[in-house]
Amino acid sequence: MIGEACSRMALDILEGLRRAVELILSGDPSVLDATLRSLYVSGAATFLASILGLPIGMIIGSREFPGRRLLRGFFNALLGIPTVGLGLILYLILSRSGPLGALRMLYTPSAMILGQALLVLPILVSFTANAVENVEREIKDLSKTLGASELQASLTVFREALPSVSLAVIAGFNRALAELGVALMLGGNIAGLTRVLTTTIAMEATRGNIELSIALTIILLSIVFALSSAANVLKEKLEG
Amino acid sequence: MPPLMSLRDLVKDYGEVRALDHVSLEVEDGETLAVFGPNGAGKTTLLRIMAGIEAPTSGRIYYRGVEVDGKGLAELRRRCTMVFQRTVIFNTTVYKNVAYGLAVRGLPQNEVAKKVKDALNLVKLKGYERRPARRLSGGEQQRVALARAIVLEPELLLLDEPTANLDPETASIIEETIRYMNRERGTTVVVATHNVFGMGKVAERAILLMNGRIVEEGSVSDVLLRVSLRDAGFSMLDNIFVGWAEPTPNGTSAIDIGGGVKIEALGKRRGRVTALIPPIDIIVSKKPLDSSARNVLKGRIVEVSEAGSTVRLKVEAGRVFTAQITETSLKEMKLNVGSEVYLTFKASSIRLL
Repeated sequence: MIGEACSRMALDILEGLRRAVELILSGDPSVLDATLRSLYVSGAATFLASILGLPIGMIIGSREFPGRRLLRGFFNALLGIPTVGLGLILYLILSRSGPLGALRMLYTPSAMILGQALLVLPILVSFTANAVENVEREIKDLSKTLGASELQASLTVFREALPSVSLAVIAGFNRALAELGVALMLGGNIAGLTRVLTTTIAMEATRGNIELSIALTIILLSIVFALSSAANVLKEKLEG
Repeated sequence: MPPLMSLRDLVKDYGEVRALDHVSLEVEDGETLAVFGPNGAGKTTLLRIMAGIEAPTSGRIYYRGVEVDGKGLAELRRRCTMVFQRTVIFNTTVYKNVAYGLAVRGLPQNEVAKKVKDALNLVKLKGYERRPARRLSGGEQQRVALARAIVLEPELLLLDEPTANLDPETASIIEETIRYMNRERGTTVVVATHNVFGMGKVAERAILLMNGRIVEEGSVSDVLLRVSLRDAGFSMLDNIFVGWAEPTPNGTSAIDIGGGVKIEALGKRRGRVTALIPPIDIIVSKKPLDSSARNVLKGRIVEVSEAGSTVRLKVEAGRVFTAQITETSLKEMKLNVGSEVYLTFKASSIRLL
């Protein structure tokens, strides 16, 4: 009995895989739509988080100021925040009756971008702070004794930290791309508007559209693996 | 002519700890000054202040007779360059490492290329331009660091333990380069070291720093002699012994260094001498060696400490000797504190002052 069930499941999966490849190769509009939106939303979120997170990380990693340890601990604690939890908090803030309800942002890509940006911000801040802290003192002293100005020395510190920082950016993008909670709570999985890879996978699987889910999962995994490999190559290149 | 640099009454506190305690010092244009002292004596702090990358808690610094204030620090840093004890290498090619200081000064590319090439030739790293600097060996990295400093042709070159934990070959390349910069290019050199055997030879004048204070000042041999007479000197600088020399019939001197130990050194000497034995010249073995070396002592290991890829052994053999061996030898011979060993060294390894 069990053997039969197993072999039926294996057949289902194989069939799903075959149809999934077909869907991808045929350029199915719903597959393409979800993929492009995922890349757009998570890309924009990572970009926003980088603009904010890299300078914050550099400052935490290189300057002494009151509350520095506390701030650091705060961002470290946020590293593992559950996506659904963050999604819920933002949902309450952005919903009609919430404090920012007037912005009418809920169930728009902008809300998803905002949510994912907040989700990956701690990754960027903590990783950048660590990377900068590791090279800060030695590189700064070295640059200065070789005649660099304050600004030139700071730029050199950032350049030395760059391999680790670029890894942080890619890790952040991957986390945004692969998360479900924020996208579902703030986007609402509206077809043609806020539907992304993860939300479609979750919904289509419950509806029984296994092959579509598998097709989208293959795409999601491919992007994540490709980026991780690219990150490693990039890091090796940057490190000479 | 005012001295190149004068330090007046420098004090540096790190919280409760006083790293420099009223240090006054003059560095003359063109000289080579050795700063001796045990670890933690304040040598690095002194050099960092002279390099303008650390501010003293109090005291004044004059450069060519002009007081260096907050604004003058950047200018001071363009004229003085420090090479740190712990080699720091930018994560890029050898060329870009060495070119860094010239690039931030905005020198034209072709001039930079020429100077970098010259500097790399001096430290015997010709053709290394495109190599990733962090992939080089420790000794090669230290030479890159030196090339990166001398390429700037600084007026004052500050070196913090430039040959500590290096293989003898690299150490001698570095010593030669420093000597060349001083003699041929007129670079003033201040070198902090606890190794009197290498840099002690390069320098003319020395100071001894202890607990943040200059306690001896004078010619290198004078300072070393006085160091060896201090009680603290014995534990601080390795293998410095004061003893009574008697000439032997075979062209050497037998020196009684106390503790029932007699050593034999080259040269006919009589009377009080100071003998230095480089730790690296002492061979350590578990059984007596069948060799031509004149000095064989039996002792017991009392301390084992790591020093980079090498290990320093303190051996009690009537007097305490320090020997430097590789980690591999230590493991192969299964040596440990308490092990009985033989120390063997040639008469020609001993330097007499």
